[in-house]
Amino acid sequence: MIPGQFAYHRPSSIEQAVRLLADLGDEARPLAGGHSLIPMMKLRMAAPEHLIDLGGIADLKGIRDRGASIIIGAMTTQNELIHSDLLAAKLPIIRETSLLIADPQIRYVGTLGGNVANGDPGNDMPALMMCLDAAYHVAGPSGNRTIKARDFYEGAYFTALQEGEIVTSVEIPVPPAGHGYAYEKLKRKIGDYATAAAAVVLSFSGGKVATCAIGLTNVSETPLLAEEAAEILIGTALDPASIAKAVSAAEAITAPASDGRGPADYRTKMAGVMLSRALQRAARRAAA
Amino acid sequence: MNDMTPTREQREAQLQGMGCKRKRVEDIRFTQGKGNYVDDIKLPGMLYGDFVRSSHAHARIKGIDASKALALPGVIAVLTAEELKGLNLAWMPTLAGDMQMVLADGKVLFQNQEVAFVVAEDRYTAADAIELVEVEYEELPVLVDPWKAMAPDAPVLREDIKDKTEGAHGRREHYNHIFKWQVGDRPGTDEAFARADVTIKETFYYHRTHPCPLETCAALASFDKVKGELTLWGTFQAPHVVRTVASLLSKIPESKIHVIAPDIGGGFGNKVGVYPGYVCAIVASIVTGRPVKWVEDRMENLSTTSFARDYHMTTELAATKDGRITAMRVHVLADHGAFDACADPSKWPAGFMNICTGSYDIPVAHLTVDGVYTNKAPGGVAYRCSFRVTEAVYAIERAIEVLAQKLGMDSVDLRMKNFIRREQFPYQSALGWEYDSGDYYMAMQKALDAVGYKELRAEQARKREAFKRGETRELMGIGVSFFTEIVGAGPSKNCDILGVAMFDSCEIRVHPTGSAIARMGTKTQGQGHETTYAQIIATEIGIPADDIMVEEGNTDTAPYGLGTYGSRSTPVAGAAIAMAARKIKAKAQMIAAYLLEVHEDDLEWDVDRFQVKGLPEKFKTMKDIAWVAYNAPPPGMEPGLEAVSYYDPPNMTYPFGAYICVMDIDVDTGVAKTRRFYALDDCGTRINPMIIEGQVHGGLTEAFAVAMGQEIDYDEAGNVKGASFMDFFLPTAVETPYWETDYTVTPSPHHPIGAKGVGESPHVGGVPCFSNAVNDAFAFLGSTHIQMPHDPWRIWKAAERLGLHQ
Repeated sequence: MIPGQFAYHRPSSIEQAVRLLADLGDEARPLAGGHSLIPMMKLRMAAPEHLIDLGGIADLKGIRDRGASIIIGAMTTQNELIHSDLLAAKLPIIRETSLLIADPQIRYVGTLGGNVANGDPGNDMPALMMCLDAAYHVAGPSGNRTIKARDFYEGAYFTALQEGEIVTSVEIPVPPAGHGYAYEKLKRKIGDYATAAAAVVLSFSGGKVATCAIGLTNVSETPLLAEEAAEILIGTALDPASIAKAVSAAEAITAPASDGRGPADYRTKMAGVMLSRALQRAARRAAA
Repeated sequence: MNDMTPTREQREAQLQGMGCKRKRVEDIRFTQGKGNYVDDIKLPGMLYGDFVRSSHAHARIKGIDASKALALPGVIAVLTAEELKGLNLAWMPTLAGDMQMVLADGKVLFQNQEVAFVVAEDRYTAADAIELVEVEYEELPVLVDPWKAMAPDAPVLREDIKDKTEGAHGRREHYNHIFKWQVGDRPGTDEAFARADVTIKETFYYHRTHPCPLETCAALASFDKVKGELTLWGTFQAPHVVRTVASLLSKIPESKIHVIAPDIGGGFGNKVGVYPGYVCAIVASIVTGRPVKWVEDRMENLSTTSFARDYHMTTELAATKDGRITAMRVHVLADHGAFDACADPSKWPAGFMNICTGSYDIPVAHLTVDGVYTNKAPGGVAYRCSFRVTEAVYAIERAIEVLAQKLGMDSVDLRMKNFIRREQFPYQSALGWEYDSGDYYMAMQKALDAVGYKELRAEQARKREAFKRGETRELMGIGVSFFTEIVGAGPSKNCDILGVAMFDSCEIRVHPTGSAIARMGTKTQGQGHETTYAQIIATEIGIPADDIMVEEGNTDTAPYGLGTYGSRSTPVAGAAIAMAARKIKAKAQMIAAYLLEVHEDDLEWDVDRFQVKGLPEKFKTMKDIAWVAYNAPPPGMEPGLEAVSYYDPPNMTYPFGAYICVMDIDVDTGVAKTRRFYALDDCGTRINPMIIEGQVHGGLTEAFAVAMGQEIDYDEAGNVKGASFMDFFLPTAVETPYWETDYTVTPSPHHPIGAKGVGESPHVGGVPCFSNAVNDAFAFLGSTHIQMPHDPWRIWKAAERLGLHQ
């Protein structure tokens, strides 16, 4: 459990970080909270020669209110997400999800940017960001660009990030007041990744579901946006039959691995159970 | 006497003797980070060792090329089996009478097996260098399933003994067979089964798991070439045994080997055996002339050093139709992995599995255990239990439930009906043990009353009806277990380790000013010996516990003892303490008689002093006597006040207890929540109630872990799965249920202070209690047994099989 040799860099600006990554090429990896990368290095499954620590870059921190959206700096920790009054008021599902990530010690160090950018299907934030239709602002050697969360995840640890690019912030559209939300996560113990988890954000109009978005965590190579399941629910009163139909549609798009959390068929069913429970809890929270 | 004279009660309180909730004295250093563990020890010029490990479960080694590793600056040496052969150390004897490779000799037999030992200036260089050692493997067919081990075409694992038909424990029936161990009356058992009204048969698999001490195994060897002396610091539960084994292996006289076990961060059986890392550190120190340290990491610990359990127990009970058990038959298929490295007393290849008749008066029984080799890590240690006792208790306590189900009886009534009755003690069990004392009925009744058992059953019945009506998706399970432990190994008539009898020892020296030091053959790993041993001495000889220093772990200063495991410290060493203390007290009485100018028989002991009978104002305290013992002893008496005792127990001790667990199970996710857990323990005389409670909390938490998810599993290719904390279930405070503890006191009649040992009881009783709760939840649907571990997916699968998800 001892990593190979590496050089450590701590740039103080985004430009410096991008330049370092460009200069050092393949052998450099950006370091955010380090909770994925450092264990991989200790297991020698990753052996970067250079670590570019993003922790010294002030521009990557902070949570800003843009009215229709909220912008969260990539190096904002999960603990900071939990304690943000702005998020609690406008995007309470972020706090709910953050509280289900690992344990307090890890949340003091783990970051939103690291969680979304690593491409680990076990991370909780990616499915939530897809559910919320967030966008990732990215800086790289050929300038800045923005990638939708829904277009970002290509495979396990494969994302739309090009070589030398880093996620600098996450922009999330603020859901309408009175929306219902829930993040339901089944895990074996504190600190574990999800056996399956579901994020739901929905709103009602006249007793019928007006909008609905569903994200699923750790039941495929990538986080999943369950579009068909959400579509099925639009216009319904979220009655048991509709929920059952949506659950079937969501289960159909899962392809989980069999691992210590359980065999694939169990994990698929758990995605369904988590979705069903998330829908019901979101509905209870939503304004009619 | 004036007002300042302390009362008898005050003097007693000042002693902090037996029965006192004395705070743990060792915690002062542990809670401040001032403990001294093996990895804290740093010697000048110290080198670090690290292992190259096998990536395959079964493969021939075609070649090892260490040249690139040796070329890395800072690498001092790379040891392989070839180097060890020069010292005749490529293999080492196990505690179970088998031989085990120290470093892979020609082939590897399990994944992560030690192949080469790299020695470097620092542990970073060593970790880099192991990546550079090139090992060429030729893969061989892998044997994972023990049920296939004795098939005619099974792969040959142990080529070294493939033609040997006699093993350490008798005839081997196949090249992958280790032993067949039989106890009891086979024809009598067969006859009772043939005549029985009711019989049950079920195979309970007690899965492979692993003790998980916070501190992993470690050793630091320093060989002094000039003096020819070896000093070995290590995480040793039994330092004297390590010294003896090291001497036998290395041919260095025992007097020139100094084994020191410093503070140990938990053992749970993991630190009883001798591991390749210890041997390699010693050899490397001899070869390099410098101290060499080896510390395993967590994955190495979980995947290589000593697993626990892995027993497939086909268990049968015979009974009359009104619930009187008439016979028991058990067959165990024991998966020992690649080498038989069980840490049992040498004559007991399956430990004390023959305690499997449990707390019941079963007239006749028969037990067979077949040990087999597979391509898995070796071990088979007693993880927080006496040797194979958790397995035995699991078998009987599950079988009782299955029988009760078949008879249509409440399992508590079945237990009550078959308990060994108080007046039957000392009780001879059908499989050969003499139970010392017990009052099972009273303990069970107290437990039932404490939890309101009848009301719980009524609530369960209501919930089941609601479940059937579709009003809830939760099922309620009530788990009961009643266990009898067998601890305190052991009497030399039936217990030894490699010929060393399993006595234990204590040496007490009272200093002239009335404080004392006690040195022991045992070794605490967190049990709190420094606290509790002093309490025994305090009560026995009237010196305050705070003035008594307890020292363990240094073989140069401690008297020879067999160490700490199997809850043997209190039953064996605790007795040695009392006996040594009584020798001191006898001498003190002679001195007091001399000083008070009376006959010894005219004196009586009172808390901390001898006083003249009927004249309490005429007395000499132990402190007074200590000074005189050294400086003005009676004419003709040797000066000094010290004693040593080696205690060979006349029998084991048999702690027992009644546990009840209430669980709520979500059938849609398989998540089981423990609503309530009540544990009544009877460990005889209670030395420190606070430490007992702590031991019970710890043992129950490990029982919860094992029953509900903790396992070491292998895939078909022999890859070890889950050997990290990502998957290996080590519950945190969040998952751990709240524990309610209770007790009764039935002293051991043969133990000097009546104490029986408690550290492992909660684990032994806890595992079946949790498992019974899960099984009980589904029993009304016709389910007889659901295998452990009861993690959510397995519970969900059980619910699925029962059609609960339609």
